[in-house]
Amino acid sequence: MKSSVIVFPGSNCDRDIAVALEKMQFKNQMVWHKETELPKSDLIIIPGGFSYGDYLRSGAIAGKSSIINEVIKAANSGCLILGICNGFQILTETGLLKGTLLRNKNLRFINKDVNIKVLNNETKFTSKYKKNQILRINIAHNEGNYFTNAKHLDEMREKNLIAFKYCDEKGNINTQSNPNGALNNIAGIYNSKKNILGMMPHPERMIDKLVSNDDGINLFSSLLK
Amino acid sequence: MKFSVTVILKKDVLDPQGKVVQNTLKDLGFLNLKNIRQGKFFEIELNENDEQKAKNAVKQMCEKLLANLIIEDFKISKTK
Repeated sequence: MKSSVIVFPGSNCDRDIAVALEKMQFKNQMVWHKETELPKSDLIIIPGGFSYGDYLRSGAIAGKSSIINEVIKAANSGCLILGICNGFQILTETGLLKGTLLRNKNLRFINKDVNIKVLNNETKFTSKYKKNQILRINIAHNEGNYFTNAKHLDEMREKNLIAFKYCDEKGNINTQSNPNGALNNIAGIYNSKKNILGMMPHPERMIDKLVSNDDGINLFSSLLK
Repeated sequence: MKFSVTVILKKDVLDPQGKVVQNTLKDLGFLNLKNIRQGKFFEIELNENDEQKAKNAVKQMCEKLLANLIIEDFKISKTK
């Protein structure tokens, strides 16, 4: 399985994701944002960080970079795309994923481990998880408050496009378990073809019990299948 | 030709920054303060003499990059 990680000025989770991919035996390449061609890839990752210092809006400038046109082409021809944190913000700015990520409701940068529930385990990203499995995964963001219009929310519910929701340790999805004010506790979503996943939590930080836990491993092993 | 552009969150989108600014101003004694919405302001200068052309270009800049139309509205005005 070949993967490419797109690197922008200000990306800071690019190495973490590369370590995770290599641990899982992906053949990974780093791709600088100024490139105009993508290496042949089965999976493209837009990593977390603060591309262009979050100037204008988080992800806005990176969303117009030259490599992004190639990512859009690859996405439209069915390539798997994973956007984590700033990567999710960038994917919404390109229009590959609908909706947007607003400033956290409490106006604070939030860095902590939270619980999320796997709502759909019938996708290429999540097949190794159980349905409704609760994962403990780190979040670290200032703009993670997912927002979209009512029509798109209905569409996501109907077609099962909500990937993860924030919940408490027992799986209850409510205001208390919502860290950032995201609409309906949404932590991650798919596009309608389910080949693109955007998520605020960082699965690449959860691949080793020595430093955290390994709740993120199955996302990568699902992709390997 | 010069333009000024204001980008501001749509009415039904929560503006927590505006709310905090509003609460702080109330604490400072501005009790008649009714509402504050915080936005962004751009001064844009173009090499273009045709006003209509220039305005169209600024509109496209707003739609393509300066504003996120899902959550924001923009206003363009010509300045001297």
